[in-house]
Amino acid sequence: MSTVGARPAINRLFRFQWEPAQQAHVLLYPEGMVKLNQSAGEILKRCDGERSVQEIVADLEAAFNASGLTADVEAFLKMADEQNWIEWSPTAPTRPSVAAPQGGAGLPWDGPAEDLP
Amino acid sequence: MTTTTSLLVPRRPGPLWLLAEVTYRCPLHCAFCYNPVDFAQAGPELATEDWLKVIREAREMGAAQFGISGGEPLLRDDIEILVDEARKLGFYTNLITSGVGLTEGRLAALKEAGLDHIQLSFQDATREANDLITNTRTFELKRKVAAMTKAAGYPTVINCVLHRTNIDHLDRIIEMAVEIGAEYLELANTQYHGWAFLNREALMPTAAQLAEAEAVTERWKAKLGKKMRILFVTPDYQSKKPKKCMNGWGEVFLSVTPDGLALPCHTARMLPGLEFPDVREHTLDWIWHESPLFNRFRGTAWLPETCQSCEDKEKDHGGCRCQAFMLTGNADATDPVCPKSPDHALIDAALAKAEQAATVKPLVFRDPKNSRALDRAF
Ligand code: SF4
Ligand code: SF4
Repeated sequence: MSTVGARPAINRLFRFQWEPAQQAHVLLYPEGMVKLNQSAGEILKRCDGERSVQEIVADLEAAFNASGLTADVEAFLKMADEQNWIEWSPTAPTRPSVAAPQGGAGLPWDGPAEDLP
Repeated sequence: MTTTTSLLVPRRPGPLWLLAEVTYRCPLHCAFCYNPVDFAQAGPELATEDWLKVIREAREMGAAQFGISGGEPLLRDDIEILVDEARKLGFYTNLITSGVGLTEGRLAALKEAGLDHIQLSFQDATREANDLITNTRTFELKRKVAAMTKAAGYPTVINCVLHRTNIDHLDRIIEMAVEIGAEYLELANTQYHGWAFLNREALMPTAAQLAEAEAVTERWKAKLGKKMRILFVTPDYQSKKPKKCMNGWGEVFLSVTPDGLALPCHTARMLPGLEFPDVREHTLDWIWHESPLFNRFRGTAWLPETCQSCEDKEKDHGGCRCQAFMLTGNADATDPVCPKSPDHALIDAALAKAEQAATVKPLVFRDPKNSRALDRAF
């Protein structure tokens, strides 16, 4: 099954924002905060419920002058879905099943996030 | 690193959470309330402007979570203003309420102000509703409030405090949470602070009750899966695990009492011999970094001998200071819930007492009259 048509959005339980004190994008939720690394921040920034996974990948590849990011983005979105960070826009045809991470090029993967107390 | 910055001592990070306990007033009278028993003797409540100053200072220091609780925060008519300011500054805003007083109008105003989250508490062991199950009024109120907040786009997050007199109804409590359409249910076993400590004997469940409650929770968890997430918080006394209270004294959390005292945890006000800084007289920056209070139990250097030599000291910082003080009279002691504590027998004695069902004391309800009459901190 292909994931490319689905449109991820930040789960309404979370708020995504740039946090100056952390110098990072974070996800805020009741009584907690997830500090995101740069790649995670860049992907989630584009999860607006409008862009499809395909469009997000294309956007990132353009922004970072990279190619072949599909697997990385899909792996991250799978993890983000498991963590409940994102939900899939109702306009998406189906909830995607995403392939296991297979590496990939371009984005500085340093682990997705760090959970703050 | 450069030599030009070497004169600047690197500072610890500021608080991440600001909890505003905006009032001690409350229409309910929960016997498990963690508020100080002598709350009725607290000074006058902070003015709106004082709260706004606290909110701004905390955000400037990097705090990202803003919680409003009490008492019942909705008894103040300015929380919309506080939420509005906090939200504008980038805080994640969370209202912790019993739901009493949440009208359509206020909800709309809070939503408009940018309130991110509402945590609804299930009451029980109140004078009006000793039994959640038989008290349809309470249930109806929750149902109404939950429907209202859901319609406004908020997920339904419920917190229910468990204790001896409601824990046997857990199955029905969870069922009600499902009927209400909750997404999250936190089942918090009573922590014995404030009124809950005063009522400890009457509130402490037996080991069998607790085991049954855990089994019931597991059954529901398996049945509900992701549909409704349930978090069962085990009680310190029974788990025998000291907790790193508030993630460490003066590490991430700052709470402000209705009358303006800054505290490193909600209940620290009961500790003796400490001066609690007033947010009207000091900046939060000074309070956090410099005040004797916030440095008093920071880190692990102050820990008693039992903990100093223990490999878990970084993990739990010797447990809860308030618990240590309430039980032993010494705020510097190892938390007695730890089996290594020389005072651990106090915990075993309390647990043994809970098994003797016949001698349970009546509940003392949290209200201003009892507060004045009792004239004690816990
Ligand atoms: S625990 Fe009960 S009495 Fe205490 S503040 Fe909360 S609702 Fe009010
Ligand atoms: S002895 Fe102190 S540090 Fe060790 S587990 Fe007990 S409370 Fe924690």
